[in-house]
Amino acid sequence: MKTIDAKDMHYKDLNEMIKELVNSGEDVINLKNVNGQRYIGDNLNGNTKINIEGTPGNDLAAFMDGLTIEVFGNGQDAIGNTMNDGSIIVHGHVGDVVGYGMRGGSMYIKSDAGYRVGIHMKQYNDKVPVVVIGGTPGDFFGEYMAGGCMIVLNLSNKKDIVGEYCGTGMHGGVIYLRCNDVEDYKLGKEVIKEEATEDDLKEISKYIKNFSSYFKYDYDKIMNHKFIKLHPAGHRPYGKLYA
Amino acid sequence: MSLNYLTPEFKVLRDYDKCINCKVCMRQCANEVHSYDEDLGKMVADDYKCVNCQRCVVMCPTHALTIVKHPQVFRENANWTYDAIRDIYRQAETGGVLLSAMGNDRPYPIYWDKMVINASQVTNPSIDPLREPMELKIFIGRKPDKIELDENLNVKTKMPPQLTLNYPIMFSAMSYGSISYNAHASLARAAKELGIYYNTGEGGLHKDFRKYGPNTIVQVASGRFGVDREYLKTAAAVEIKIGQGAKPGIGGHLPGEKVSEDISETRMIPVGSDAISPAPHHDIYSIEDLSQLIYSLKEATDYKKPVGVKIAAVNNVAAIASGIARAGADYIAIDGFRGGTGAAPKRIRDNVGIPIEFAIASVDSRLRSEGIRHTISLIAAGSIRSSADIVKAIALGADAVYIGSAALIALGCHMCQQCYTGKCNWGIATQDPNLVKRLNPEIGYKRLVNLITAWGHEIQEMLGGMGINDIESLKGNRLMLRGIGMTQKELDVLGILAAGE
Ligand code: SF4
Ligand code: SF4
Repeated sequence: MKTIDAKDMHYKDLNEMIKELVNSGEDVINLKNVNGQRYIGDNLNGNTKINIEGTPGNDLAAFMDGLTIEVFGNGQDAIGNTMNDGSIIVHGHVGDVVGYGMRGGSMYIKSDAGYRVGIHMKQYNDKVPVVVIGGTPGDFFGEYMAGGCMIVLNLSNKKDIVGEYCGTGMHGGVIYLRCNDVEDYKLGKEVIKEEATEDDLKEISKYIKNFSSYFKYDYDKIMNHKFIKLHPAGHRPYGKLYA
Repeated sequence: MSLNYLTPEFKVLRDYDKCINCKVCMRQCANEVHSYDEDLGKMVADDYKCVNCQRCVVMCPTHALTIVKHPQVFRENANWTYDAIRDIYRQAETGGVLLSAMGNDRPYPIYWDKMVINASQVTNPSIDPLREPMELKIFIGRKPDKIELDENLNVKTKMPPQLTLNYPIMFSAMSYGSISYNAHASLARAAKELGIYYNTGEGGLHKDFRKYGPNTIVQVASGRFGVDREYLKTAAAVEIKIGQGAKPGIGGHLPGEKVSEDISETRMIPVGSDAISPAPHHDIYSIEDLSQLIYSLKEATDYKKPVGVKIAAVNNVAAIASGIARAGADYIAIDGFRGGTGAAPKRIRDNVGIPIEFAIASVDSRLRSEGIRHTISLIAAGSIRSSADIVKAIALGADAVYIGSAALIALGCHMCQQCYTGKCNWGIATQDPNLVKRLNPEIGYKRLVNLITAWGHEIQEMLGGMGINDIESLKGNRLMLRGIGMTQKELDVLGILAAGE
């Protein structure tokens, strides 16, 4: 275990230190006083666990391929950009374009998320990215989503579980919303809405279990609610556009 | 075929005195134009289906075939041309957006052809490239503000990462999916042989071509297809694709039916799924956001690889380029409105964007006036047809050029502009294994090497003629150009004098 005090450090220096430790196989790195430093965990692979105290900057875990990053605080924009594997746990809320083009691994957000979460998310063979949001995301949730699984729990019981344009251009993957219904006008026209079945819920139970244990919630309480499932009508949303 | 208002564009003429009914044309035409009529006992053709790709003409062993523009004409009308009417029929029938491929084919002025190159006479004598060293090598990447030397005259300044090119030419981005495996194999191998670079486009890097990594530029576009650690590690440079000349403001879209097993693996998406990469990167709404992605990629590659940005040439290209330079990019590739594509909406291809000639000149002038020209390399693209176009592009201010269409023509493309149909009879813009094997990469790569080597000789001769022995000395040397038949305004934007001045 190594501890780095990131106070007043430039991201380049900080990331260089982290990279060296991760490449040397360090099992745990504790980062203290992180204050907006970008690109932490960028393109790293391995089994290191990074604990972050403070607020990491944009592009946390971009292109990351392994590792576990736990943030004891809030996150900013573009977390998990094009991430390939590993897991991210944020004990707070996060900003915009989180999980952009994410292709594998998992992300657990305790509270709310900004706009355009999980857009261009993809899956391929055994790689299925997962995003679980305890609060609610903003507009354009799952835009152009092409694979993977996103779950919104709305544990704070907000009136709107998603913003507008949810699943616009969606052509793969699945979204679960813990709510009784979601207004059709908020959904992209490529999306089919239905109630989640027993099997569906079994499918996501492991993710909810993880979420409950990370953030100390009662699993049964979360699951004891109706879930709406959104999935795309087809894999070819724009197939008929051309002459 | 259902009844429609379309008339054929081309007519297949068969010289029956020469035709030996060998059916080669029938086997060669993926558009199924030719067939053998048992009753008539001879080959016949369905003119409607012909796209004039010339494959059957070239392959016919007795040279019995000729394809001509169909003699059937509408009543003459300078306004309502055959094309205009035909397009309306097609859209009235289908309700769809018209697709097209390769570059803008409309008769806009070609400014390359309105510029002429200087040569020395008597004074500042010309140099004979056959006898004297003539440098074509260039370096793509950010150059330091100043060079510091230590007491032993060794360079102390840490150089930012550079790409080293033996010729000021690279193969532009064409994805696996838009072009075939064998086309990629030819480009990659030729790049290695020549000491230049090819560009994967936004469709990922096939595992077989990782060995060409040191000569590979990989693209990161909004869809992020195939982008992972391995991809970034293998490449010599990373290019963020914002736009392309054939379709500024329009994204990439590989239809699901072209996503085969192999392409699916390379792009890392399921078989048959649409591969959509919209024009806006929804994480980039400003120069600051672009800068964030640039540095994200630099962090990912340990600041050891140049990170470039490709944009289409549009009205405000100079201001945008200045922003890209300040965002930290190592090079900017600008693609003019004649740039090729595997598929683009026809109206966009034919009407959006500006000529590359103006774009290079105005970007170069702008970056110079702001004192930041050295911080970024400039790559010009969008229909470079010959070594003369390259010399003119560099004299206008480019460091190097990207060639796409020209490279495909070297591989056998006959400019039928039907790449989006996936039935390229030349094995280039297709994924049909029977068509792909028509392009032999062994031969293909040699043809590319021949082309670039030939252009290299020609560039050296033109340089020598100007009394210049290093391509770097031509860069932005607009005094070496003169304009013919241009307005004063056009000359001013290009920053060149009129012939005779
Ligand atoms: S499409 Fe090509 S191969 Fe077919 S008939 Fe026309 S020119 Fe010949
Ligand atoms: S690549 Fe093939 S389909 Fe495209 S223009 Fe050339 S010959 Fe035609």
